[in-house]
Amino acid sequence: MINTFVGNFGHLTTLVAFVSALVTAFAYSQYFKANELEKDSWRRFSRVSFYIHALSTSLIAVSLFEIIYNQRYEYFYAYSHSSKALPVHYMISSFWEGQEGAFILWAFWNVVLGLILVHTNKFWEAPVMVVFSLVQAFLVSMILGVVVGDLKIGSSPFILLRDATQAPIFDLNPDFVPEDGTGLNPLLQNIWMVIHPPTLFLGYASTLVPFAFLIGGLVTKKYAEWIRPALPWAIFSAMILGMGIIMGAYWAYVTLNFGGYWNWDPVENAVYVPWLILVASIHTMITFKKSATALKTSIVLVILSFILVLYATFLVRSGVLGDASVHSFTDLGLSGQLLIYLLFFMCVAIFLAVRAWKHLPTSEREASVYSREFWIFLGAMTLGLMSFQVILPTSIPAWNALVESFGGISNMAPPADQVGFYTKFQLWFAVVLALLTSVGQFFWWQKIDRKTLTESLVAPYVISIILSTLVIVLAKVYDWKYIIIVLTGMFTIVANAFILIKLLKKSTFKLAGGSLAHIGLGMILIGIMFSSGYSEVISMNMSGLTYSNSWEDEMNKEHVLLWINKPTQMKDYTVIYRGRQKKAVGIPEYVPAKILASTGEVNEAIALEDYKAYFKKGDTVQLVLEENDYFKIDYLQNEALQFSLSPMSQYNEGMGGLISSPDSKIYLNKDLYTYVAAMNDFADPEWKEDETYEVSKGEQFHVADFVAYFDGAEVLKELDGYTLKEGDVAVKAKIRVLDYDVEKLLEPTFIIRDNQVGKLPVIDSELGIKISLENILPEQNKFVFKVNQYQKDYVVMKAIVKPYINVLWIGTIVMLCGFTVAIFRRFDEFVKMRDKGIE
Amino acid sequence: MKKGHLIALGIIAVAIAIILTSIGDASSYESFTTALEMRQEGEDKAIHVVGKLQKDAAGQVEGIEVREDKTSFTFMLVDNEGTTQKVFYNQPVPADFHRSEQVVVIGSYRDQKIFVADKILMKCPSKYQETDVQAAGI
Repeated sequence: MINTFVGNFGHLTTLVAFVSALVTAFAYSQYFKANELEKDSWRRFSRVSFYIHALSTSLIAVSLFEIIYNQRYEYFYAYSHSSKALPVHYMISSFWEGQEGAFILWAFWNVVLGLILVHTNKFWEAPVMVVFSLVQAFLVSMILGVVVGDLKIGSSPFILLRDATQAPIFDLNPDFVPEDGTGLNPLLQNIWMVIHPPTLFLGYASTLVPFAFLIGGLVTKKYAEWIRPALPWAIFSAMILGMGIIMGAYWAYVTLNFGGYWNWDPVENAVYVPWLILVASIHTMITFKKSATALKTSIVLVILSFILVLYATFLVRSGVLGDASVHSFTDLGLSGQLLIYLLFFMCVAIFLAVRAWKHLPTSEREASVYSREFWIFLGAMTLGLMSFQVILPTSIPAWNALVESFGGISNMAPPADQVGFYTKFQLWFAVVLALLTSVGQFFWWQKIDRKTLTESLVAPYVISIILSTLVIVLAKVYDWKYIIIVLTGMFTIVANAFILIKLLKKSTFKLAGGSLAHIGLGMILIGIMFSSGYSEVISMNMSGLTYSNSWEDEMNKEHVLLWINKPTQMKDYTVIYRGRQKKAVGIPEYVPAKILASTGEVNEAIALEDYKAYFKKGDTVQLVLEENDYFKIDYLQNEALQFSLSPMSQYNEGMGGLISSPDSKIYLNKDLYTYVAAMNDFADPEWKEDETYEVSKGEQFHVADFVAYFDGAEVLKELDGYTLKEGDVAVKAKIRVLDYDVEKLLEPTFIIRDNQVGKLPVIDSELGIKISLENILPEQNKFVFKVNQYQKDYVVMKAIVKPYINVLWIGTIVMLCGFTVAIFRRFDEFVKMRDKGIE
Repeated sequence: MKKGHLIALGIIAVAIAIILTSIGDASSYESFTTALEMRQEGEDKAIHVVGKLQKDAAGQVEGIEVREDKTSFTFMLVDNEGTTQKVFYNQPVPADFHRSEQVVVIGSYRDQKIFVADKILMKCPSKYQETDVQAAGI
């Protein structure tokens, strides 16, 4: 039976949320303008209105989750993003797999932030909340799903499947409810995908806070005062967004197959750029607080960071990237709406900023080379140029779309070698940045002239040279570019560590945010250099096969073909593919797939054999995501097993085939990363022609490439799955097949009932053979077997060593700690000033 | 000249350098015909060609030849102008390759006969097609 209540309820709450957002915006603007007498009642009204908005926005989320959680596949959203086999924590990922869910998440975070702001601010409440409510109105409009004439406003997640598709089944039976959904994209079935999107969207949402303070400041003519309350939020936003980006990178590293953590994909660039601008704005805001310079730059940067987040959303979700990105978001018809959203806030912000421009205080005094303002300004500019370099080529598809919308033709394409193209700039910008942070920090904490600067830089300089030399010699870094990176990275770490130690000695840990974050930057730089610059593919094909044309031989074959059980040499290791495995509920290790047979129920299998102490033959085993196969790859050194990796692959018809995830062996100083790029498909084998063998007991014979022994036969008293009647004869033959170090027992069966012969062949999909007992020749004492071959199981695999990748991950953690410390310090300052009644 | 101006000049110079290299390194969408012409003129920059896999009368993809070690393959791509071209890709066959509606190959002509793709982008059919609903439901 179709449940229409939840959907209608969800749709209703969406409408309420939309209307209440507009009402809140209006009410707060009235509250702001109202005289002393009316102020209180307007404030109460505004708040109530915002609470209603907050409640209804939360209820939208609850309704959508209810649909997914209770597997209501009559709804398009649940049908297309979820399935019965999904565990609960992945249902959470289903929630934001679709764009509508992502918008709901975003709106929800805005509500949370709004509630915090309402209760932490006095003066700023009204102007900030006007901006907030307007943004909310735009966001909620994305999921309104209202059609006015030909105009479709928003795409509702609460539409029924029968309204979303014109499938013929609904003509026959309008109440048809599909048994199961089409499932969640397997790439998103990962724990990082449960926490990465909410983090990223909290980052997105929080860029609104500094922007709202800025707009509030410009409207209320408090041109400079907005910075203090905005600053802790700007740092918070940079921290969360940075964390979201890192989680995304880590997710890509552990689940995607491109062999790394960062690919300069348009979608990645689109979040990286606002983050850089955000970081730049933090620096100029801090400078302004100390020395009343860089206000104009701060204003420009804060506006840019918010607009760039909207632009990123537009790029990713409007479908404009089309075939330029592997992250394919289909166009929901929201691009126009997103563009209006973007242009509205851009125009408002530019208008207000231009109007205020001549009233903005500027310092006439030229910043001295020995002033911190100078160095920070340079840093902010470098960050600006960095983002410019990334956003420009990333926007090429948008540029093409723009040209085409005016009737022109543009065939520009993004750079063919993205990684090389972006790296050659970003790397050197990062080097400049790292140097600026170390020098800048010294200027920051002390008044410095030429002499003291030289004095205070000598010690870190010498120490970092010594440490770098050690690293260069021990890790064999001989490329001049990489040597420069080690030097600058090390200098950043050492110089900032000096500052950190000095600060800790003199005052509290509260001031340490900056130097911590910069130490993190140095570590990230070195970590990236090693893990990417010295990443080495060890799965070079050494099969020695040659091709007809010579140029193909010269190309590096970075994959290696592994036949099952066959040892293959790969750099320092011998690797052996050992077959497919499944993950079962409550069993800490993988279970060989060949001893499990599907029961036809979702995620359920019958055990064909005993397996260790975990289950017995005939037991029902619960599987975790039955479509997932884990390919067991043994790594041996000196003929001793070192470790096994189990890269995952899922064959998913609904999602368009095969999806794979890597598995890594993690060492302290490197990762060994392995993934499956192609595999045997034995679902529907094309058996080759029959081969017949006549053998007697104990005889050795060759089946396909294997040596086989016929060990004899036995008459069966009972047979699984068959009831033997009086007079039936069942004979089971025992054939041992040897494949390298593996011995397999294949037992085809032969039944005679009422002079009729039945044959139960045995299929071994790992070896790719089918054997049936065709006949028994008693007079010759021979058995006749029919054998069909397909092909042995195999995987094509790639293995990469990534040295010192842990330095990168630790660096990011250090940087995030730095941000956190800074948030606390700045929020503390704000609270003190607020309580004095100044703000 | 003031220091501020110097910095401004420096920034503008870097910005211009960025714009120029972006244009210089930007690839382009071509057809096989224009790609071959570019190659003959000595241009060996990687370009994008958008096309579809060659299909037989029954709508089955044809012309995919996997090398013996399964780590590379060739296939036939029909570009938007209808030119059919053999393309070599030095990677195993991507899993959903046969199903892709559209293929973008990024690379260049090796010689007159074969186009070598450094990278392949695939556009796969939307995962929920209207007619699929029934099949999924039963």
